[in-house]
Amino acid sequence: MNLRNIAVVYRKELKDSLRDRRTVISMIVVPIFLMPVLTIFVGVLSARLIGRAMLEVPSVMIIGGEDSPQILAALHALQDIQVVPATPDYGQQIIDKKIRAAVELPPDFDVLIAHGDTARVRIDMYQGEINSGFGADKLQKFFRDFRERTIRQRLEARHLPGNLAEPLLVEETNVAPPEKVGGVVLGGLVPYFVIILALTGTMYPAMDLTVGEKERGTIETILCSPISRMNLVLGKFLMVLTASLSTAALAVASMGVTLAAASKMVGGLSQISSMGLQFQMTPRSVIWVFAMIVPLAVLFSAALLAISLFAKSFEEAQSYLSPLTIVVIAPAVVSILPGVELNARLSLVPILNTSLVCKEIVSGTYHWGYIALIFVSSCVYAAVALWVAIRLFQREDVLFRI
Amino acid sequence: MPNWRPAAQTHSHQDPGNDRPTALKVATPDSAPGSPLKTQADQRLGLRLGMIVAENLGKEFRDKDRGVIRAVGNLSFCCHPGQIYGLLGANGAGKTTTLRMLATILTPTSGTASVAGFDIRQEPEKARQNLGFLSTATALYGRLTALEMVEYFGCLHGLDRASARRRTLALFERLDISAFLDRRCEALSTGLKQRVSIARTLVHDPPVMIFDEPTSGLDVISARTMVDFIRECRASGKTVVFSTHVMSEAEKLCDTIGIIHDGRLLAEGSLQELRACYGHADLEEIFMRVVGG
Repeated sequence: MNLRNIAVVYRKELKDSLRDRRTVISMIVVPIFLMPVLTIFVGVLSARLIGRAMLEVPSVMIIGGEDSPQILAALHALQDIQVVPATPDYGQQIIDKKIRAAVELPPDFDVLIAHGDTARVRIDMYQGEINSGFGADKLQKFFRDFRERTIRQRLEARHLPGNLAEPLLVEETNVAPPEKVGGVVLGGLVPYFVIILALTGTMYPAMDLTVGEKERGTIETILCSPISRMNLVLGKFLMVLTASLSTAALAVASMGVTLAAASKMVGGLSQISSMGLQFQMTPRSVIWVFAMIVPLAVLFSAALLAISLFAKSFEEAQSYLSPLTIVVIAPAVVSILPGVELNARLSLVPILNTSLVCKEIVSGTYHWGYIALIFVSSCVYAAVALWVAIRLFQREDVLFRI
Repeated sequence: MPNWRPAAQTHSHQDPGNDRPTALKVATPDSAPGSPLKTQADQRLGLRLGMIVAENLGKEFRDKDRGVIRAVGNLSFCCHPGQIYGLLGANGAGKTTTLRMLATILTPTSGTASVAGFDIRQEPEKARQNLGFLSTATALYGRLTALEMVEYFGCLHGLDRASARRRTLALFERLDISAFLDRRCEALSTGLKQRVSIARTLVHDPPVMIFDEPTSGLDVISARTMVDFIRECRASGKTVVFSTHVMSEAEKLCDTIGIIHDGRLLAEGSLQELRACYGHADLEEIFMRVVGG
């Protein structure tokens, strides 16, 4: 290994790549601009939608209750719902989103309550539809309060203590620091984006530096120079690794800046943060996420270099690499799924392990044993991929597979 | 003993020039095995002379459909400084494979060769350090400027950046392309690209030059520049091997012509010797007789 020659190749490849529009787009423009645009777009859109749904006064139908003026009056008096005249097709109207929810009152509701009997109330809603959900929530809250009020009145009428029907009180308090709350929701997303970008940033340079040389006829030119093939592949590999890491770093930096700016600018986001979407990354977690991403970036760079070297043409390389994107995305997506937790076995699954450990790091949890295991196993995979790439560069049937 | 020979019938190769050591014998398929540059003294001699010696050079490829294909078999020849050795053959005769083996881009499956005293199997990097290789397939890096391109190769040949720049500028001056040094290679005309390629092969001033069909696809003017350049290489004492299928080029340039067909060297000698042997003045006629067409 000759470090000087590796550096000569690296410098040339870096200069060459930075002059290539397609590499610059994938390495710099996409992570800097595309990610914030997506983040802002999705963030603002969801903030707007949720905000609008929360502020909306839902239209609600009351079915029945003609014989119960008290409950009707109480429902009509509610400020945050709008009672519309009942029609028999209320179910269809909810489906058609003309009304948000409906409440079905049993006959003689007032009488049942007054006599101490049980009245069965039914709330109809469109599950999964956010506006209908908020409408139904408001009705739920009204009837919950009504129920508690009724219980107290009944106990008082029997001269019994008010807490008789309340044997225990359950309180739920969040003790997780704010970054952990964010970690659950956004923590899974950040490593996912970083891993995907570490891969996409690698793709174009890897093809350009290998099959690109075959297509442009420069492979023979470089092979007749005295540099050894090992030094050549290492110089190229370092360039691809630079592209991978810088794409990931730029994406994280750009997303950080965007989130910070967006939380100040967009009022709607404060509503989201109150719902547990609060998110912040400490410098320590950024450093550790990156430390874990490095061996993965090495794996991607070496693997993509080897695969694209094997191809005869850009088109062939693309057809090899496109399915690879799905192979990489799948474990990254699995790590976001709720309930998928890091364990010793998963620590050995490439990509998924890094994704999971980064999710933990972002949420402030450091399992040093797993971190060490994942780092070492990722390094082993990366070393194997690099070894394969170096071996392939020695094979003339691969180099001249035209 | 005449210099020409039907290759398979000749057991040893005696050098025609008075200044060449007679000890350097080229092994042929049925001669005793062993490198003519086996000893350290011989290697130093080869290094000093900047010779190319090919011994029983062979290359087989594996093909999925056709099985094992012999591209080159038992090829032996010797080329001396200040001499142009031309490999003349039809397309697919094995010229490119032979030259790629000499340039250590491909590894022989049998036999070996030495370039400037370095065995292409044992010390391929040192062999490459002492040769300049130019073919129609050796393109330039389009996004680098002409200056960066040649400088890069200077650095790859071990020159420091300052020396590489100095030599590049001197070569550009000599090749009359100084006005284009900051232009990207992709924006250069074919003729200018060719001159930049020439500068690329010369930046480390190698004693051995290998040209694989260097004029193929070039217009008359560019081809002429190339032919003049090959002559210049000979005049400056470099060892030159080049391949062509153009008879007139071989006639004009070569001190020794080796006729290659189906991967085998069928005849070798100076133009005069080949004419005398085959009784024809026209090289094309000689070629057709040799290859049995």
